[in-house]
Amino acid sequence: MINFQYSRPGDIADAVRQIAADPRAKFIAGGTNILDLMKYDVERPAHLIDISRLPLTGVEETASGGMRIGALVPNSDLSYHPLIEARYPILASAIRAGASQQLRNMASTGGNLLQRTRCLYFYDVATPCNKRAPGSGCSAIDGINRQNAILGTSDACIATHPSDMCVALAVLEAKVHVAGPAGERVIAFEDFHRLPGKTPERDTNLAPNEIITAIELPARGFAKNYTYIKIRDRHSYAFALVSVAAALELEGKTIKEARLALGGVAHKPWRNKEVEATLNGQPATRESFRSAADALLRDAKGFGHNDFKVELARRAVVRALTQAAQGTPQSQSNKKIV
Amino acid sequence: MTFRNALTLNINGSEHEVFIEPHWTLLDVLRREIGLTGTKENCIEAECGVCTVLLDGKAVCSCILLAMQAAGRSITTIEGLGTPDALDPLQVAFLKHGAVQCGYCIPGMILTAKSFLAEHPGTPTRHEIREAISGTLCRCTGYQKIIDAIADAGAEGAQAAS
Repeated sequence: MINFQYSRPGDIADAVRQIAADPRAKFIAGGTNILDLMKYDVERPAHLIDISRLPLTGVEETASGGMRIGALVPNSDLSYHPLIEARYPILASAIRAGASQQLRNMASTGGNLLQRTRCLYFYDVATPCNKRAPGSGCSAIDGINRQNAILGTSDACIATHPSDMCVALAVLEAKVHVAGPAGERVIAFEDFHRLPGKTPERDTNLAPNEIITAIELPARGFAKNYTYIKIRDRHSYAFALVSVAAALELEGKTIKEARLALGGVAHKPWRNKEVEATLNGQPATRESFRSAADALLRDAKGFGHNDFKVELARRAVVRALTQAAQGTPQSQSNKKIV
Repeated sequence: MTFRNALTLNINGSEHEVFIEPHWTLLDVLRREIGLTGTKENCIEAECGVCTVLLDGKAVCSCILLAMQAAGRSITTIEGLGTPDALDPLQVAFLKHGAVQCGYCIPGMILTAKSFLAEHPGTPTRHEIREAISGTLCRCTGYQKIIDAIADAGAEGAQAAS
Protein backbone atom coordinates (compact mmCIF):
# COMPACT_ATOMS: atom_id res chain seq x y z
CA MET A 1 0.00 0.00 0.00
CA ILE A 2 1.30 3.46 -0.91
CA ASN A 3 2.01 6.02 1.77
CA PHE A 4 -0.24 9.05 2.20
CA GLN A 5 -0.86 12.06 4.36
CA TYR A 6 -3.27 11.39 7.22
CA SER A 7 -5.54 13.94 8.87
CA ARG A 8 -8.41 13.82 11.31
CA PRO A 9 -10.85 16.74 10.94
CA GLY A 10 -12.48 18.12 14.08
CA ASP A 11 -15.99 18.51 12.71
CA ILE A 12 -18.08 18.05 9.55
CA ALA A 13 -17.31 21.57 8.29
CA ASP A 14 -13.59 20.89 8.69
CA ALA A 15 -13.95 17.58 6.82
CA VAL A 16 -15.72 19.30 3.92
CA ARG A 17 -13.07 22.06 3.87
CA GLN A 18 -10.26 19.50 3.78
CA ILE A 19 -11.76 17.41 0.95
CA ALA A 20 -12.59 20.52 -1.10
CA ALA A 21 -9.01 21.80 -0.67
CA ASP A 22 -7.27 18.64 -1.85
CA PRO A 23 -8.44 16.86 -5.02
CA ARG A 24 -6.06 13.95 -4.28
CA ALA A 25 -7.77 13.30 -0.93
CA LYS A 26 -10.33 10.64 0.00
CA PHE A 27 -12.37 10.13 3.12
CA ILE A 28 -11.83 7.03 5.25
CA ALA A 29 -14.42 5.81 7.77
CA GLY A 30 -14.52 2.05 8.47
CA GLY A 31 -11.87 1.61 5.77
CA THR A 32 -13.01 -1.87 4.75
CA ASN A 33 -13.26 -0.98 1.06
CA ILE A 34 -10.86 1.93 0.52
CA LEU A 35 -7.92 0.10 2.14
CA ASP A 36 -8.70 -3.02 0.14
CA LEU A 37 -8.70 -0.96 -3.06
CA MET A 38 -5.44 0.71 -2.06
CA LYS A 39 -3.79 -2.66 -1.52
CA TYR A 40 -4.83 -3.60 -5.07
CA ASP A 41 -3.52 -0.27 -6.41
CA VAL A 42 -7.01 0.62 -7.66
CA GLU A 43 -7.11 3.69 -5.41
CA ARG A 44 -4.00 5.80 -4.83
CA PRO A 45 -5.07 8.74 -2.64
CA ALA A 46 -2.27 11.10 -1.56
CA HIS A 47 -4.25 12.07 1.52
CA LEU A 48 -6.73 10.17 3.68
CA ILE A 49 -9.12 12.26 5.75
CA ASP A 50 -10.19 10.12 8.71
CA ILE A 51 -13.82 10.96 9.43
CA SER A 52 -14.35 7.99 11.75
CA ARG A 53 -14.42 10.19 14.89
CA LEU A 54 -17.04 12.67 13.66
CA PRO A 55 -20.21 12.74 15.79
CA LEU A 56 -22.40 10.90 13.28
CA THR A 57 -23.19 7.80 15.34
CA GLY A 58 -26.75 8.47 16.49
CA VAL A 59 -29.83 6.39 15.68
CA GLU A 60 -32.81 8.60 16.46
CA GLU A 61 -36.53 8.75 15.85
CA THR A 62 -37.67 11.60 13.62
CA ALA A 63 -40.69 13.86 14.14
CA SER A 64 -42.43 12.22 11.17
CA GLY A 65 -42.27 8.76 12.75
CA GLY A 66 -39.21 7.56 10.87
CA MET A 67 -35.59 7.08 11.93
CA ARG A 68 -32.41 9.01 11.26
CA ILE A 69 -29.22 6.94 11.18
CA GLY A 70 -25.87 8.67 11.52
CA ALA A 71 -23.49 7.94 8.64
CA LEU A 72 -20.90 6.43 10.99
CA VAL A 73 -23.16 3.91 12.75
CA PRO A 74 -21.43 0.54 12.24
CA ASN A 75 -23.44 -1.92 10.13
CA SER A 76 -23.62 -4.43 13.01
CA ASP A 77 -24.90 -1.84 15.52
CA LEU A 78 -27.57 -0.79 13.04
CA SER A 79 -28.63 -4.36 12.36
CA TYR A 80 -29.05 -5.15 16.07
CA HIS A 81 -30.60 -1.80 17.08
CA PRO A 82 -33.89 -2.71 18.81
CA LEU A 83 -35.96 -0.12 16.93
CA ILE A 84 -34.50 -1.14 13.57
CA GLU A 85 -35.14 -4.81 14.34
CA ALA A 86 -38.72 -4.02 15.37
CA ARG A 87 -39.74 -1.48 12.74
CA TYR A 88 -37.42 -2.13 9.78
CA PRO A 89 -36.56 -5.85 10.00
CA ILE A 90 -35.92 -5.94 6.24
CA LEU A 91 -32.96 -3.61 6.83
CA ALA A 92 -31.63 -5.61 9.79
CA SER A 93 -31.94 -8.79 7.72
CA ALA A 94 -30.20 -7.41 4.62
CA ILE A 95 -27.26 -6.14 6.69
CA ARG A 96 -26.81 -9.55 8.32
CA ALA A 97 -26.78 -11.19 4.89
CA GLY A 98 -23.66 -9.21 4.00
CA ALA A 99 -19.93 -9.61 4.68
CA SER A 100 -18.68 -11.16 7.93
CA GLN A 101 -19.04 -10.33 11.62
CA GLN A 102 -15.69 -8.49 11.58
CA LEU A 103 -16.52 -6.39 8.52
CA ARG A 104 -20.01 -5.53 9.78
CA ASN A 105 -18.37 -4.34 13.01
CA MET A 106 -16.02 -2.07 11.04
CA ALA A 107 -18.08 -0.85 8.08
CA SER A 108 -20.10 2.35 8.41
CA THR A 109 -23.62 3.10 7.17
CA GLY A 110 -22.43 5.84 4.80
CA GLY A 111 -19.50 3.78 3.59
CA ASN A 112 -21.81 0.90 2.71
CA LEU A 113 -23.52 3.15 0.14
CA LEU A 114 -20.17 4.13 -1.34
CA GLN A 115 -18.75 0.63 -1.85
CA ARG A 116 -17.18 0.16 -5.26
CA THR A 117 -18.07 -2.77 -7.48
CA ARG A 118 -16.37 -6.13 -6.99
CA CYS A 119 -16.13 -6.70 -10.77
CA LEU A 120 -12.97 -8.77 -11.27
CA TYR A 121 -11.62 -6.36 -13.88
CA PHE A 122 -12.17 -3.25 -11.78
CA TYR A 123 -9.83 -4.85 -9.22
CA ASP A 124 -7.30 -6.08 -11.80
CA VAL A 125 -5.23 -3.03 -12.77
CA ALA A 126 -3.55 -4.97 -15.59
CA THR A 127 -6.82 -5.05 -17.58
CA PRO A 128 -8.95 -2.38 -19.27
CA CYS A 129 -11.87 -1.08 -17.18
CA ASN A 130 -13.93 2.02 -17.95
CA LYS A 131 -14.87 2.45 -14.31
CA ARG A 132 -11.26 2.46 -13.12
CA ALA A 133 -9.63 3.99 -16.20
CA PRO A 134 -12.29 5.83 -18.28
CA GLY A 135 -11.99 5.14 -21.99
CA SER A 136 -9.87 2.01 -21.62
CA GLY A 137 -12.73 -0.39 -22.43
CA CYS A 138 -14.72 -3.03 -20.55
CA SER A 139 -13.05 -6.39 -20.01
CA ALA A 140 -16.11 -7.96 -18.42
CA ILE A 141 -18.45 -7.81 -21.43
CA ASP A 142 -16.46 -10.55 -23.18
CA GLY A 143 -14.73 -11.81 -20.05
CA ILE A 144 -15.54 -13.76 -16.90
CA ASN A 145 -18.83 -12.04 -16.07
CA ARG A 146 -20.56 -14.48 -13.73
CA GLN A 147 -20.95 -11.73 -11.07
CA ASN A 148 -21.94 -8.99 -13.51
CA ALA A 149 -25.14 -7.15 -14.33
CA ILE A 150 -28.13 -8.18 -16.45
CA LEU A 151 -30.23 -5.00 -16.14
CA GLY A 152 -29.43 -1.35 -16.88
CA THR A 153 -26.05 -2.16 -18.42
CA SER A 154 -24.27 -0.07 -21.05
CA ASP A 155 -21.65 -0.72 -23.71
CA ALA A 156 -19.17 0.86 -21.31
CA CYS A 157 -19.83 -1.14 -18.13
CA ILE A 158 -21.71 -4.16 -16.76
CA ALA A 159 -20.61 -3.84 -13.13
CA THR A 160 -22.96 -4.45 -10.20
CA HIS A 161 -23.34 -2.60 -6.92
CA PRO A 162 -22.28 -5.07 -4.22
CA SER A 163 -24.29 -3.91 -1.20
CA ASP A 164 -27.04 -5.90 0.52
CA MET A 165 -28.01 -3.05 2.87
CA CYS A 166 -28.70 -0.74 -0.06
CA VAL A 167 -31.23 -3.15 -1.57
CA ALA A 168 -33.31 -2.85 1.61
CA LEU A 169 -32.83 0.94 1.71
CA ALA A 170 -34.14 1.12 -1.87
CA VAL A 171 -37.32 -0.71 -0.88
CA LEU A 172 -37.75 1.49 2.21
CA GLU A 173 -37.27 4.63 0.04
CA ALA A 174 -34.65 6.05 2.38
CA LYS A 175 -33.23 9.55 1.98
CA VAL A 176 -29.54 10.34 1.98
CA HIS A 177 -28.52 13.49 3.86
CA VAL A 178 -25.28 15.02 2.61
CA ALA A 179 -23.19 18.09 3.42
CA GLY A 180 -20.87 19.99 1.11
CA PRO A 181 -19.30 23.41 0.57
CA ALA A 182 -22.69 24.78 -0.57
CA GLY A 183 -24.47 23.46 2.53
CA GLU A 184 -26.70 20.45 3.11
CA ARG A 185 -29.03 18.63 0.74
CA VAL A 186 -31.15 15.50 0.68
CA ILE A 187 -30.97 12.90 -2.10
CA ALA A 188 -33.76 10.37 -2.62
CA PHE A 189 -32.34 6.85 -2.47
CA GLU A 190 -33.37 6.02 -6.05
CA ASP A 191 -31.39 9.07 -7.24
CA PHE A 192 -28.28 8.33 -5.18
CA HIS A 193 -26.71 5.52 -7.21
CA ARG A 194 -26.35 5.84 -10.99
CA LEU A 195 -26.58 3.58 -13.98
CA PRO A 196 -23.25 3.27 -15.81
CA GLY A 197 -24.19 4.89 -19.14
CA LYS A 198 -21.15 6.50 -20.72
CA THR A 199 -19.66 7.53 -17.35
CA PRO A 200 -19.28 4.34 -15.30
CA GLU A 201 -16.48 5.99 -13.29
CA ARG A 202 -19.24 7.79 -11.40
CA ASP A 203 -21.04 5.35 -9.10
CA THR A 204 -23.24 7.92 -7.37
CA ASN A 205 -24.58 11.46 -7.61
CA LEU A 206 -22.61 12.49 -4.53
CA ALA A 207 -20.19 15.28 -5.50
CA PRO A 208 -16.50 14.60 -4.77
CA ASN A 209 -16.47 17.28 -2.07
CA GLU A 210 -19.64 16.13 -0.33
CA ILE A 211 -19.97 13.89 2.72
CA ILE A 212 -22.89 11.66 3.72
CA THR A 213 -24.10 12.68 7.18
CA ALA A 214 -27.19 10.51 7.70
CA ILE A 215 -29.71 8.09 6.22
CA GLU A 216 -33.33 8.86 6.93
CA LEU A 217 -35.94 6.11 6.96
CA PRO A 218 -39.58 7.08 6.32
CA ALA A 219 -42.15 5.86 8.86
CA ARG A 220 -43.31 2.85 6.81
CA GLY A 221 -41.19 -0.17 7.62
CA PHE A 222 -43.25 -3.06 6.17
CA ALA A 223 -42.38 -5.02 9.31
CA LYS A 224 -45.18 -7.55 8.84
CA ASN A 225 -44.74 -8.76 5.28
CA TYR A 226 -41.16 -8.59 4.08
CA THR A 227 -38.14 -10.69 3.25
CA TYR A 228 -34.56 -10.41 2.06
CA ILE A 229 -33.32 -13.38 0.03
CA LYS A 230 -29.71 -13.58 -1.04
CA ILE A 231 -28.44 -16.22 -3.46
CA ARG A 232 -24.68 -16.67 -3.70
CA ASP A 233 -22.03 -19.20 -4.61
CA ARG A 234 -21.53 -20.24 -0.96
CA HIS A 235 -23.81 -19.78 2.01
CA SER A 236 -21.81 -17.17 3.89
CA TYR A 237 -19.45 -14.33 3.22
CA ALA A 238 -19.96 -14.00 -0.51
CA PHE A 239 -21.44 -11.31 -2.70
CA ALA A 240 -24.92 -11.83 -4.12
CA LEU A 241 -25.45 -13.44 -7.48
CA VAL A 242 -29.03 -12.29 -7.08
CA SER A 243 -30.77 -10.84 -4.05
CA VAL A 244 -34.33 -9.66 -3.57
CA ALA A 245 -35.87 -7.37 -0.98
CA ALA A 246 -39.64 -7.69 -1.03
CA ALA A 247 -42.12 -5.71 1.05
CA LEU A 248 -45.89 -6.01 0.89
CA GLU A 249 -48.87 -4.34 2.41
CA LEU A 250 -51.78 -6.76 2.32
CA GLU A 251 -55.50 -6.42 2.84
CA GLY A 252 -56.61 -9.94 3.55
CA LYS A 253 -55.18 -11.87 0.62
CA THR A 254 -55.08 -8.88 -1.71
CA ILE A 255 -51.96 -6.84 -2.34
CA LYS A 256 -52.48 -3.19 -1.44
CA GLU A 257 -48.90 -2.16 -2.15
CA ALA A 258 -45.84 -4.07 -3.32
CA ARG A 259 -42.23 -3.00 -3.33
CA LEU A 260 -39.36 -4.98 -4.82
CA ALA A 261 -35.66 -4.29 -5.19
CA LEU A 262 -33.01 -6.55 -6.69
CA GLY A 263 -29.34 -6.74 -5.78
CA GLY A 264 -26.48 -8.33 -7.72
CA VAL A 265 -28.12 -7.62 -11.09
CA ALA A 266 -27.41 -3.94 -11.83
CA HIS A 267 -25.15 -0.96 -11.22
CA LYS A 268 -27.58 0.11 -8.50
CA PRO A 269 -30.29 -1.55 -6.41
CA TRP A 270 -32.84 -2.29 -9.14
CA ARG A 271 -36.44 -1.17 -8.81
CA ASN A 272 -39.20 -0.95 -11.39
CA LYS A 273 -42.16 0.94 -9.96
CA GLU A 274 -44.37 0.28 -13.00
CA VAL A 275 -44.05 -3.45 -12.46
CA GLU A 276 -44.60 -3.06 -8.72
CA ALA A 277 -47.81 -1.12 -9.44
CA THR A 278 -49.19 -3.99 -11.52
CA LEU A 279 -49.28 -6.05 -8.33
CA ASN A 280 -51.48 -3.57 -6.49
CA GLY A 281 -55.03 -4.90 -6.15
CA GLN A 282 -53.98 -8.39 -7.28
CA PRO A 283 -54.40 -11.54 -5.19
CA ALA A 284 -51.21 -12.56 -3.37
CA THR A 285 -50.77 -15.72 -5.42
CA ARG A 286 -47.97 -17.45 -7.24
CA GLU A 287 -49.57 -16.48 -10.57
CA SER A 288 -49.45 -12.75 -9.68
CA PHE A 289 -45.87 -13.08 -8.45
CA ARG A 290 -44.76 -14.98 -11.57
CA SER A 291 -46.31 -12.40 -13.85
CA ALA A 292 -44.54 -9.55 -11.99
CA ALA A 293 -41.24 -11.46 -12.08
CA ASP A 294 -41.57 -12.00 -15.84
CA ALA A 295 -42.24 -8.30 -16.38
CA LEU A 296 -39.36 -7.27 -14.11
CA LEU A 297 -36.86 -9.42 -16.03
CA ARG A 298 -38.30 -8.85 -19.53
CA ASP A 299 -35.45 -6.57 -20.61
CA ALA A 300 -32.74 -8.48 -18.77
CA LYS A 301 -29.73 -9.53 -20.85
CA GLY A 302 -26.88 -11.83 -19.90
CA PHE A 303 -23.33 -11.70 -21.21
CA GLY A 304 -22.50 -15.40 -21.28
CA HIS A 305 -21.31 -16.51 -17.87
CA ASN A 306 -24.15 -14.66 -16.15
CA ASP A 307 -27.02 -15.74 -18.44
CA PHE A 308 -28.32 -17.95 -15.63
CA LYS A 309 -29.06 -14.88 -13.53
CA VAL A 310 -32.12 -13.98 -15.62
CA GLU A 311 -34.05 -17.12 -14.67
CA LEU A 312 -32.51 -17.17 -11.18
CA ALA A 313 -33.75 -13.62 -10.56
CA ARG A 314 -37.25 -14.53 -11.82
CA ARG A 315 -37.48 -17.45 -9.43
CA ALA A 316 -35.96 -15.46 -6.55
CA VAL A 317 -38.59 -12.74 -7.02
CA VAL A 318 -41.41 -15.30 -6.86
CA ARG A 319 -39.86 -16.92 -3.78
CA ALA A 320 -39.34 -13.56 -2.06
CA LEU A 321 -42.89 -12.39 -2.70
CA THR A 322 -44.16 -15.75 -1.42
CA GLN A 323 -42.11 -15.43 1.79
CA ALA A 324 -43.25 -11.83 2.26
CA ALA A 325 -46.92 -12.66 1.70
CA GLN A 326 -46.76 -15.59 4.14
CA GLY A 327 -44.99 -13.49 6.77
CA THR A 328 -42.14 -16.00 6.86
CA PRO A 329 -39.03 -13.90 6.19
CA GLN A 330 -35.72 -15.51 5.28
CA SER A 331 -33.47 -16.40 8.24
CA GLN A 332 -29.94 -15.05 7.80
CA SER A 333 -28.41 -17.65 10.12
CA ASN A 334 -30.15 -20.77 8.82
CA LYS A 335 -29.57 -20.09 5.14
CA LYS A 336 -32.02 -22.68 3.84
CA ILE A 337 -34.46 -20.91 1.52
CA VAL A 338 -38.00 -22.22 2.06
CA MET B 1 8.76 11.65 1.36
CA THR B 2 7.92 9.86 4.58
CA PHE B 3 5.39 11.05 7.09
CA ARG B 4 5.69 9.67 10.60
CA ASN B 5 3.20 10.14 13.38
CA ALA B 6 3.47 9.59 17.11
CA LEU B 7 0.72 7.28 18.27
CA THR B 8 -0.35 5.88 21.62
CA LEU B 9 -2.18 2.57 21.52
CA ASN B 10 -3.98 0.93 24.42
CA ILE B 11 -3.32 -2.78 23.99
CA ASN B 12 -4.44 -5.38 26.55
CA GLY B 13 -4.74 -2.64 29.18
CA SER B 14 -1.25 -1.13 28.66
CA GLU B 15 -0.27 2.00 26.77
CA HIS B 16 2.29 1.65 23.98
CA GLU B 17 4.04 4.61 22.30
CA VAL B 18 4.89 4.04 18.64
CA PHE B 19 6.12 6.26 15.83
CA ILE B 20 4.55 5.08 12.61
CA GLU B 21 3.83 5.77 8.96
CA PRO B 22 0.13 6.39 8.25
CA HIS B 23 -0.23 3.39 5.93
CA TRP B 24 0.80 0.87 8.59
CA THR B 25 -2.10 -1.29 9.64
CA LEU B 26 -2.82 -2.24 13.23
CA LEU B 27 -1.63 -5.74 12.29
CA ASP B 28 1.75 -4.33 11.12
CA VAL B 29 2.18 -2.40 14.36
CA LEU B 30 1.10 -5.22 16.68
CA ARG B 31 3.49 -7.74 15.17
CA ARG B 32 6.43 -5.63 14.05
CA GLU B 33 6.53 -2.67 16.45
CA ILE B 34 5.09 -4.15 19.66
CA GLY B 35 6.12 -7.78 19.16
CA LEU B 36 2.69 -9.25 19.84
CA THR B 37 2.86 -12.05 17.29
CA GLY B 38 -0.18 -13.97 18.56
CA THR B 39 -2.18 -11.99 15.99
CA LYS B 40 -1.50 -13.75 12.70
CA GLU B 41 -0.95 -12.42 9.20
CA ASN B 42 -2.25 -14.12 6.09
CA CYS B 43 -4.47 -12.68 3.37
CA ILE B 44 -4.18 -9.00 4.43
CA GLU B 45 -7.55 -8.21 2.80
CA ALA B 46 -10.07 -9.23 5.48
CA GLU B 47 -10.94 -12.49 3.75
CA CYS B 48 -9.51 -14.99 6.25
CA GLY B 49 -9.89 -13.49 9.74
CA VAL B 50 -6.63 -14.81 11.27
CA CYS B 51 -5.69 -11.19 12.16
CA THR B 52 -8.88 -10.66 14.19
CA VAL B 53 -8.50 -8.56 17.36
CA LEU B 54 -11.06 -6.85 19.58
CA LEU B 55 -11.51 -3.10 19.18
CA ASP B 56 -13.57 -1.76 22.08
CA GLY B 57 -14.68 -5.36 22.58
CA LYS B 58 -15.74 -6.05 18.99
CA ALA B 59 -14.03 -8.36 16.52
CA VAL B 60 -12.33 -6.51 13.65
CA CYS B 61 -9.73 -7.50 11.06
CA SER B 62 -6.51 -5.74 12.07
CA CYS B 63 -5.12 -6.13 8.54
CA ILE B 64 -7.60 -3.64 7.15
CA LEU B 65 -7.57 -1.15 10.02
CA LEU B 66 -5.08 1.71 9.95
CA ALA B 67 -3.18 1.80 13.24
CA MET B 68 -3.86 5.56 13.34
CA GLN B 69 -7.59 4.78 13.51
CA ALA B 70 -7.12 2.70 16.66
CA ALA B 71 -5.82 5.67 18.68
CA GLY B 72 -7.65 6.07 21.97
CA ARG B 73 -9.54 2.82 21.60
CA SER B 74 -9.18 -0.35 23.61
CA ILE B 75 -7.41 -3.14 21.70
CA THR B 76 -7.43 -6.77 22.89
CA THR B 77 -5.19 -9.37 21.29
CA ILE B 78 -5.00 -13.08 22.10
CA GLU B 79 -2.17 -12.26 24.54
CA GLY B 80 -4.68 -10.24 26.57
CA LEU B 81 -7.18 -13.06 26.93
CA GLY B 82 -6.57 -15.23 29.99
CA THR B 83 -3.22 -16.41 31.36
CA PRO B 84 -1.67 -19.89 31.36
CA ASP B 85 -2.93 -20.30 34.93
CA ALA B 86 -6.36 -18.79 34.36
CA LEU B 87 -7.49 -19.44 30.81
CA ASP B 88 -10.45 -17.68 29.26
CA PRO B 89 -13.52 -19.98 29.19
CA LEU B 90 -13.27 -20.08 25.38
CA GLN B 91 -9.65 -21.26 25.61
CA VAL B 92 -10.72 -23.95 28.06
CA ALA B 93 -13.51 -25.03 25.72
CA PHE B 94 -11.21 -25.18 22.67
CA LEU B 95 -8.80 -27.42 24.62
CA LYS B 96 -11.59 -29.61 25.99
CA HIS B 97 -13.10 -30.20 22.54
CA GLY B 98 -9.80 -30.68 20.69
CA ALA B 99 -10.76 -27.74 18.46
CA VAL B 100 -7.16 -26.90 17.55
CA GLN B 101 -5.02 -28.57 14.90
CA CYS B 102 -2.28 -26.43 13.31
CA GLY B 103 -3.41 -23.50 15.44
CA TYR B 104 -2.77 -20.68 12.99
CA CYS B 105 -6.39 -19.51 12.87
CA ILE B 106 -7.06 -20.08 16.56
CA PRO B 107 -6.14 -16.63 18.00
CA GLY B 108 -8.46 -15.02 15.45
CA MET B 109 -11.08 -17.73 15.89
CA ILE B 110 -11.21 -17.34 19.67
CA LEU B 111 -11.47 -13.55 19.46
CA THR B 112 -14.17 -13.85 16.77
CA ALA B 113 -16.10 -16.12 19.12
CA LYS B 114 -15.42 -13.86 22.11
CA SER B 115 -16.99 -10.88 20.36
CA PHE B 116 -19.95 -12.94 19.15
CA LEU B 117 -20.75 -14.47 22.56
CA ALA B 118 -20.44 -11.07 24.27
CA GLU B 119 -23.01 -9.63 21.87
CA HIS B 120 -25.26 -12.68 21.87
CA PRO B 121 -25.45 -13.92 25.44
CA GLY B 122 -27.34 -17.16 25.92
CA THR B 123 -27.10 -20.32 23.91
CA PRO B 124 -26.68 -19.56 20.21
CA THR B 125 -27.76 -22.15 17.66
CA ARG B 126 -25.16 -23.93 15.55
CA HIS B 127 -26.43 -21.98 12.53
CA GLU B 128 -25.77 -18.72 14.38
CA ILE B 129 -22.29 -19.84 15.40
CA ARG B 130 -21.46 -20.91 11.84
CA GLU B 131 -22.56 -17.54 10.51
CA ALA B 132 -20.62 -15.70 13.24
CA ILE B 133 -17.33 -17.40 12.34
CA SER B 134 -17.85 -17.30 8.57
CA GLY B 135 -15.21 -14.56 8.26
CA THR B 136 -12.54 -16.63 10.04
CA LEU B 137 -11.22 -19.53 8.01
CA CYS B 138 -9.80 -22.79 9.37
CA ARG B 139 -8.24 -25.16 6.85
CA CYS B 140 -7.60 -28.06 9.26
CA THR B 141 -10.46 -28.90 11.55
CA GLY B 142 -13.56 -28.87 9.37
CA TYR B 143 -15.04 -26.52 12.00
CA GLN B 144 -17.21 -29.06 13.84
CA LYS B 145 -15.11 -29.13 17.01
CA ILE B 146 -14.68 -25.35 16.90
CA ILE B 147 -18.47 -25.00 16.79
CA ASP B 148 -18.77 -27.53 19.66
CA ALA B 149 -16.31 -25.48 21.71
CA ILE B 150 -18.05 -22.15 21.06
CA ALA B 151 -21.46 -23.68 21.83
CA ASP B 152 -20.06 -25.10 25.06
CA ALA B 153 -18.47 -21.79 26.11
CA GLY B 154 -21.73 -19.99 25.27
CA ALA B 155 -23.74 -22.42 27.40
CA GLU B 156 -21.24 -22.09 30.28
CA GLY B 157 -21.47 -18.30 30.05
CA ALA B 158 -25.27 -18.43 30.07
CA GLN B 159 -25.20 -20.71 33.11
CA ALA B 160 -22.74 -18.47 34.95
CA ALA B 161 -24.91 -15.42 34.22
CA SER B 162 -28.14 -17.03 35.45
